[in-house]
Amino acid sequence: MDPQPTTVWSLMAYGDTGYGDEFLRGVIFTLQISVCGYILGFLLGLLGAGAKLHGNRWLYRAGDLYTTFVRAIPELLLILMVYYMGTRALNSLLIGIGIANESIEISPFVAAVASLGFIYGAYLTDILRGAIQAIPKGQIEAARAYGMHAPMRFRRIIFPQMIRYAIPGMGNQWLNMTKDSSLVSTIGAFELAFAAKSAAAQTKHYLFFYSVGALCFLIITIVSMLLLQQVERRASRGVRRA
Amino acid sequence: MLFDPVFMLQEVMPKLIAAIPLSLFLLVVSGVIGNLAAVPVAVARVSPNPLLWMPAYCFILLMRGTPLLIQIYLIYYGLGQVFADLTLFGKPLMRALPFLRDAMYYAIFALSLNTAGYTGEILRGAILAVPHGEIEAGRAFGMSKWLIFRRITLPRAIRICLPTMSTETILLLKATALASTVTVYEVLGMAQYIRAQTFRIYETLIGAGIVYIVLVFILTRLMNWLERYLNKDRERPVSIPLAQVAKP
Repeated sequence: MDPQPTTVWSLMAYGDTGYGDEFLRGVIFTLQISVCGYILGFLLGLLGAGAKLHGNRWLYRAGDLYTTFVRAIPELLLILMVYYMGTRALNSLLIGIGIANESIEISPFVAAVASLGFIYGAYLTDILRGAIQAIPKGQIEAARAYGMHAPMRFRRIIFPQMIRYAIPGMGNQWLNMTKDSSLVSTIGAFELAFAAKSAAAQTKHYLFFYSVGALCFLIITIVSMLLLQQVERRASRGVRRA
Repeated sequence: MLFDPVFMLQEVMPKLIAAIPLSLFLLVVSGVIGNLAAVPVAVARVSPNPLLWMPAYCFILLMRGTPLLIQIYLIYYGLGQVFADLTLFGKPLMRALPFLRDAMYYAIFALSLNTAGYTGEILRGAILAVPHGEIEAGRAFGMSKWLIFRRITLPRAIRICLPTMSTETILLLKATALASTVTVYEVLGMAQYIRAQTFRIYETLIGAGIVYIVLVFILTRLMNWLERYLNKDRERPVSIPLAQVAKP
């Protein structure tokens, strides 16, 4: 390897002389936290949608409070809240009930997944709620008339149709989430934005490395968009088009 | 250290409230610049000329496809690096124009570009949604292309996309918080500063959260009012009780 990089592109070499491997690790970490955060967010969204549609006033209020708060507070602040306040509250709790003797460190991965899942759970709550409401009432009544119990109704009737209605919104949230995952670089998670930042700070090639970072995110977005188109087409197979 | 409401109210909140004007300044300036810049972007995007729509398409994709954080870093550090190497009349540019050292202008620039991309796409949809008959009517009146755009297409498009714009404005307010990452001391930046100084986590972060919730609440009200004001003709006629009408 050339010890003195002559062009900026040699800075992207894979290995010790360049930052190619750092960026690759960043991309993988970004995708990991995005996928895990999205799964957590989807589960929270299902819970939230269930709470809002259950009919109980207090459950509705709890769900409404959750979505309103998350929508009103900047994502960066929410991530900091989940990370700092969550860590400290958990520590106080664990020490308080005597499970742990000293404070534990939460890994950036767990913190990133928890905060992204918490944020996107709120957005997915409203998307899933709208999708469940879009299912014709008669279908659920028919399922009830067949004697299906609630879990089976959900599994056979509600869930498959809900997914089809929810896919465009869920796709948008996936795109937003991959971009918002850059914010967890502020709590020290080694994802793409963090890779770009550390490479830029070490070499002083700010313009170059941030452009590379932006390009990586752009590629993730474009690939996601193409995949989402396929998913959308597959989810609405068997549906008559006008 | 447990949550101390007295510390929050006495020490944290006054400083955070003092930082609100800067957050609102970022919101208003980048909102105005970004939304004005969105008009040519949207017009170029709907143009049949590939020399116009292709650059607009790429710009929108770039702004919507990359995180705002990276855009802010790219503009603040990247552009700052370029400016640092330039000279103006023999003097370093940064010394000739000292405001170029202020991170706030870079944040405004980045937020404006981002808004132009997002709003450009929204406005494009709205321009396409303007009823064709209205544009034909304008043509029948002998209006020029520019006059049709100014009097019919643009006002109609703005009213069509107004509900989306109000959510977009709230997203922009939340986006101004990202300016804190490049040393702009708006509400979140100030909260982070106090947190670093005092190691108080709950008070600073919860305080900032309260400030943003209140700001978003006020902004939502304001946008609803604006929507009603601009769509006065669509309001249902208020039925006035007969007794009131009969009065002299």
